[in-house]
Amino acid sequence: MSTGVDIIEPVTDTRSARQVSRDTRKHEAMARKRLTSKGATIAALVIAIFWTIPTFGLFVTSLRPGSDVQSTGWWTVFTDPSFTLENFQKALTSGGTALTLGQSFLNSLAITIPVVFFALAVASLLAYAFAWIDFKGRNLAFIAVFALQIVPLQMALVPLLSLFSRGMTIGDVTVFPALDLRGLEHSFATVWIAHTIFALPLAVFLLHNFIAEIPSEVIEAARVDGAGHGQIFFRMILPLAAPALASFAVLEFIWVWNDLLVATIFAPSSSLPITQSLNSLSGTWGDQWFLQAAGTFISIIVPLVVFFALQRFFVRGLLAGATKG
Amino acid sequence: MSAPTTAPARVKTDGLAPDSGPRRAFSPRVTAGIATGALVILLALVVLLLLSTPVEDPAKIVIPGVSLTAFFQWLGVMGPIVQIPIILVAFAAVVGVLLLLIEYAPRPGRVYFWIRLVACFAIPVLALLLLRPYANAFIYVLGIALVSGAALFVLDYRARKGAGYLFQLVLFAAPAAVLLLIGLIYPFFATFVQSFFDKTGAEFVGFDNYVWVFTQPEGTWSVINTVIWVLICPTIATIVGLAYAVFIDRAAGERFLKVLIFMPFAISFVGAGIIWKFMYDYRQGDQLGLLNAIITAFGGDPVAWLSVTPLVNSLLLMVVFIWSQTGLAMVILSAAIKAVPPEQVEAAELDGANAWERFRNVTVPGIRSSIVVVVTTVAIASLKIYDIVAVMTGGRANTSVLAFEMVNQQQRFQSYGHAAALAVVLFIFVTPLIVFNIIQIRKQREIR
Repeated sequence: MSTGVDIIEPVTDTRSARQVSRDTRKHEAMARKRLTSKGATIAALVIAIFWTIPTFGLFVTSLRPGSDVQSTGWWTVFTDPSFTLENFQKALTSGGTALTLGQSFLNSLAITIPVVFFALAVASLLAYAFAWIDFKGRNLAFIAVFALQIVPLQMALVPLLSLFSRGMTIGDVTVFPALDLRGLEHSFATVWIAHTIFALPLAVFLLHNFIAEIPSEVIEAARVDGAGHGQIFFRMILPLAAPALASFAVLEFIWVWNDLLVATIFAPSSSLPITQSLNSLSGTWGDQWFLQAAGTFISIIVPLVVFFALQRFFVRGLLAGATKG
Repeated sequence: MSAPTTAPARVKTDGLAPDSGPRRAFSPRVTAGIATGALVILLALVVLLLLSTPVEDPAKIVIPGVSLTAFFQWLGVMGPIVQIPIILVAFAAVVGVLLLLIEYAPRPGRVYFWIRLVACFAIPVLALLLLRPYANAFIYVLGIALVSGAALFVLDYRARKGAGYLFQLVLFAAPAAVLLLIGLIYPFFATFVQSFFDKTGAEFVGFDNYVWVFTQPEGTWSVINTVIWVLICPTIATIVGLAYAVFIDRAAGERFLKVLIFMPFAISFVGAGIIWKFMYDYRQGDQLGLLNAIITAFGGDPVAWLSVTPLVNSLLLMVVFIWSQTGLAMVILSAAIKAVPPEQVEAAELDGANAWERFRNVTVPGIRSSIVVVVTTVAIASLKIYDIVAVMTGGRANTSVLAFEMVNQQQRFQSYGHAAALAVVLFIFVTPLIVFNIIQIRKQREIR
């Protein structure tokens, strides 16, 4: 057993019980040990404040009336408070005729939600094969998939794009035709496929770490009962690996929602996500910081909600890879 | 190795020999021969495909049936939110069929034999029909699909671990394998080749693109900046993250303090870029940006921070990245610190070590592997940074980095050769980090 599993797996009572007993045992010692920490606490508070102020400042700005924002700094709100929600409404409806910020918000949802499921399904299938089907060169293949992270996204962009938009032609023979989707109103197919592919190496690695640690007795028992790999995967592995799947889902959701590069390259102009709209609107808004602030908050509200709601899963997903890595 | 003697043993270890009765032994040599034969035929078909004469009017040959393009075009007319359930149901259906096949195919018996046979031929043919190849290459592509289907069936039938073994393995791995092949492996080689060709990819130019990268200001600045990014960002993010993790360890309100630092990690780089652009904001008269407001409050002159060269503006961009990634470092290191056995810390304490010595000689060695993970992870992320530069400066005033310049060359100047060369340089930078990670993983797998 390696440390990674200790951290991601046991949400069970054993760990918390162990921790509680350890904590109580250490209580007096702790009190002594933390004597040095007065300076440390102050330093921590300073860091925390420094880390929070930028976000807080923009949040306050998004709630202030536009005329105030343009003339005074956001900190004057403490002496002269006045708030409005008008900025959000203005920000949501601004943008070209093709795409407002509100519409691109919907696009972001339509890009992100399917991708999370695609990546999880495809990656967990392969991870299961690596973990529970014995074949020659299994370890080598596993390392090879992980090593594919070596290929920077940037290297894959242009060829994949031309594969999508021009198809594959060898000599004069069209082996695959292009996916002709540019003219469509809302086409996310290319973004879905690209995101799914780029998520795979890490997803396979993280999920494999977890799936491989499921006790083999469980799987043996299912086999004795006559279940094949299909049933084992669907009825045993998926429920048992639910914590790992959930944590990767949260991670992937936040990554895809926050992505700018992949969407910029692959999405047709009417299907761009909110990060891209925000980026281009940011230029046209220029100095109108009340709009910039409101727009930014609209774009970060979803990942923040996901983050706060599912924080534990999120952290666990990171640690699964980290302590193993 | 002959199958009959080893097969029962495998039943136990794999639990998956579907044929309960005695089964025929296949000579592995013949199986290998069949595999080679199929490979030769496939290669021949590919060569024939390449040599085939193009049809004058490709539109002449119309293949009936649904294609992937048609499906996506049908889907694309709908609103974004409506598309979510539809595509998810379609996807679930495909995965469901896949799992059903995996479940039933390896079972013994005549019915399952036919299921395998039909599936082996139907899947490749169907997949290729969905991609709508071809017009003029139709016959060859169909041939390739049929031959590979046949080869899969025969090899699967003769598999040492019983019929259906290879079949289910292929089904498990195929979706990911196909995606990785078209999305990472093929593009990798294509980009590599592209980097030796000119703007449009028509003419071979040797190393000209690389010379461009290392001599033109756009190229050299992006290389220099990337190197600075990868040196500074992981270092500071790790140090601050580690310090913070130690400071708040077992402090009151630890969870809340953690969330404060970790929250920026959930904010997109685009959002972070705007948040910090606001901090750095510069104007005449009253300052709106906090940084300049502080400076003017102390009687200084406001500065247009993002135009200050050399390097100051780049460093200010790095602040944004560090701000966003320190939380990641802190969370991982904090978990590692809690995993250090308290007995060790106690022992050091009894030996009279002060807080710094305890940290230096007990904690740090205990979390070394986690530190390595954090540094490499943040380093890889900083090598690939694109969004912050794109949002905050657009690469102006010598702030460009490799990943940004690459997209810039490609999107704005349509200069695919330069873009490819920049991508290859980036790849060379990333390689040692990943190789290092792989070595670490292999070590850990050996320990297990």
